[in-house]
Amino acid sequence: MTDQTDTLLRQILSDVLGLSPERVAAFTPDTGLFGDLPELDSMAVAGLLTELEDRLDIVIEDEDMDGDLMSTYGALLSFAEAKRGA
Amino acid sequence: MGPILWPWGDGTEYALAVDRGRGRRLLIVPALFDEGNRMRRLTVETMRRLDAAGIDSVLPDLPGTNESLQPPEAQTCGSWGEAMVTAARHFGATHTLGIRGGCLFAPHALPGWHYVPVKGASVLRQMMRARVIASREAGTQETTADLAAVAEAEGIDLIGYRLGAEFVRTFNALEVQPGNVIEQPALGAGFLGPGLWLRAEPGESAEQADALAALLVAGMGA
Repeated sequence: MTDQTDTLLRQILSDVLGLSPERVAAFTPDTGLFGDLPELDSMAVAGLLTELEDRLDIVIEDEDMDGDLMSTYGALLSFAEAKRGA
Repeated sequence: MGPILWPWGDGTEYALAVDRGRGRRLLIVPALFDEGNRMRRLTVETMRRLDAAGIDSVLPDLPGTNESLQPPEAQTCGSWGEAMVTAARHFGATHTLGIRGGCLFAPHALPGWHYVPVKGASVLRQMMRARVIASREAGTQETTADLAAVAEAEGIDLIGYRLGAEFVRTFNALEVQPGNVIEQPALGAGFLGPGLWLRAEPGESAEQADALAALLVAGMGA
């Protein structure tokens, strides 16, 4: 499940941010997202959340959407894994 | 290709059109709100390919958007549907193509296609989320539940779009009429494949425009 979530999450980020597969493949847990990637504004975050819900089959609540969720790739992956395992 | 006017209400609205008086004529209902910006280039590039294949097309503005003199908050789902029927009649459309949320307003009396249709409720949910996120960045706490209640009672400003209460109430329940659905895998795979409405910024894809136009040309016959 963990590897699959990681693969799906990189694919979603590539689709939403228009980043090449190579660039997304180079993301580490410490890679900054919100605040570091200029593509990721509030509308893009909303679109990203919708894609996460659809493709990972999870539900994201208002209270999940805090500033830390999108701070780094590692934080987002941990969140997605926890939601899928829940 | 150029702008044309079509009659609506007491005035006129704009459309972008390729009109060489040919027999096959496609009305395209654009993607809605922010998605409309991201899908504009693919839509227009598809129109150019249709032109080369001998097909006329028209892309009307929804009243209350772009250069329209109509107030956005006065629009309703019913008036948008009627407006697209009026545009189709004015242009003599033989077929329709809805793009994403535009599918919700495509005249269903004509044969046509839905390009990756989306429900009204999904469009609104995403716009409300964007507002909640933007508000938090600005230091204001809002919830989507509270915003939904306000929107249905008073109307709401969502990411720069002023929606009336009646529009919100109807739009939330709006689903696409049955029709020929074009899903994204029909237009491409791999890195070229993802839908351009997903992108954080407006983009373009010659490959996807080629594929979409080819589907429409095949479907509209000679």
